[in-house]
Amino acid sequence: MADERKVKILVAKPGLDGHDRGAKVVARALRDAGFEVIYTGLHQSIDQIVQTALQEDVDAIGISILSGAHMYVFPTLIQKMKEVGLDDVIVFGGGIIPLDDIPKLKEAGVKEIFLPGTSLETIVEWVRENVKPRKVTL
Amino acid sequence: MGLVDLLLKGDKRAAARAMRIVEEEYPEAKELLRAIYPYTGRAYVLGVTGPPGAGKSTMIDKLTKHLRKRDYKVGIIAIDPSSPFSGGAILGDRIRMQDLSLDEGVFIKSLATRGQLGGLAKATDAVAQIMDAMGMDFIIIETVGTGQSEVDIVKTADTTIVVVVPGLGDDIQAIKAGILEIADIFVVNKGDRPEADRTVRDLRVMIELVERKEDEWKPPVVKVSALYDSGFDELIDSIFQHKLYLEKTGRFESHRKDKVKELFVGLLKDRVCSKAISGLKESGIYDVLIDNIYNRKVELYNAIDSIRVIFDYSELKVLLGD
Ligand SMILES: Nc1nc2c(ncn2[C@@H]2O[C@H](COP(=O)(O)OP(=O)(O)OP(=O)(O)O)[C@@H](O)[C@H]2O)c(=O)[nH]1
Ligand SMILES: [Mg+2]
Repeated sequence: MADERKVKILVAKPGLDGHDRGAKVVARALRDAGFEVIYTGLHQSIDQIVQTALQEDVDAIGISILSGAHMYVFPTLIQKMKEVGLDDVIVFGGGIIPLDDIPKLKEAGVKEIFLPGTSLETIVEWVRENVKPRKVTL
Repeated sequence: MGLVDLLLKGDKRAAARAMRIVEEEYPEAKELLRAIYPYTGRAYVLGVTGPPGAGKSTMIDKLTKHLRKRDYKVGIIAIDPSSPFSGGAILGDRIRMQDLSLDEGVFIKSLATRGQLGGLAKATDAVAQIMDAMGMDFIIIETVGTGQSEVDIVKTADTTIVVVVPGLGDDIQAIKAGILEIADIFVVNKGDRPEADRTVRDLRVMIELVERKEDEWKPPVVKVSALYDSGFDELIDSIFQHKLYLEKTGRFESHRKDKVKELFVGLLKDRVCSKAISGLKESGIYDVLIDNIYNRKVELYNAIDSIRVIFDYSELKVLLGD
């Protein structure tokens, strides 16, 4: 048997805007903390993110968002994940998100939001605490 | 419906869960693999290797789209190395295959090597079997080639494709060293670059210099541009020619039998070794033994030879129907 079960995390950047520097930095920090990170690059559609999460059987999805579309992206993503049976995958995010929106996003099912300036250690620590390998059954 | 039935029907979520089970070596893996085993062996396995950045993922993306046009279902296993320091990994091959995610007839799995040498992940074969059982016609395995580590992909794949790129100067020398022997097909990618034709010529010359028997396969060199989507019909023709060659000469069977042997021996080594080690550890001998060898009180080979292993094949004979 394997000594430890690896945690798999999808880091994705939806939408058409900008660069993926932030997402890459987070992906690297997570790798250096021992996680397996599926990194899919820029311009992901929500459907692509859902399908990737499903095929890669990830335990969590980290979304990087700058475009201001967060109030659309997160709830839609969570809804579509439910539709394909991925209710137990943890969703977290980071980016420029107004403070007022954070409670609404959490209500929609986003587990945590990291604002710009959050240290990588904080993010990694949070992931370590909150993301565990999902259960399996035959 | 159980996981196995769903996966045999091609259900992707079930397949993904099954792959996790085998990858993490959950206890359920054994039953799972036994249940699907009768439904495997049909898919044709392509191995794709080559230096970092050669365009393997981009090439696989295009190749897959062409195979899909011909109505084949395609499973892709993209392998990247784990960090030796943290054990973590960044699996980034999907960046080049984004729109395949939404294709019903495609399934992509990223795997980290998790300390396994030889370029493949330990679970590669089990994951390929799951793809096979879920109905994929082709399984394409991507692995980075460093010059020495490609041997494993050759054993796993029916056809091994080596991707090279033009204009790396003495890179051709590096190719000569390790890769020439393993390629069934050479792909010169980035064929949109002006130096590509020279690389094709150089490679063909080198291939001619290799001595081979009359009926032996001579690897074709196919120029493609993954970026501009050219050359793929010729590549697919070459793949089918190689497949036909293997089948006509009986090499298809013998190669797959060799693979079974390889897997059997590999797993056996793994099991026997880890059983022995954990036995030594449980009885508290392990650390003492290492200390003693280190202190030159006990010699290594003498220590190994003094271990008695008792094998019991009775259960195996039951499996074989004896
Ligand atoms: N000009 C040109 N560039 C290409 C072509 N195919 C791929 N590239 C570029 O080469 C770079 C590497 O492509 P990948 O497909 O990621 O290469 P890879 O071999 O899978 O890389 P690793 O998995 O990191 O080893 C990317 O920037 C591609 O856009 C091509 O046919 N022509
Ligand atoms: Mg790649």
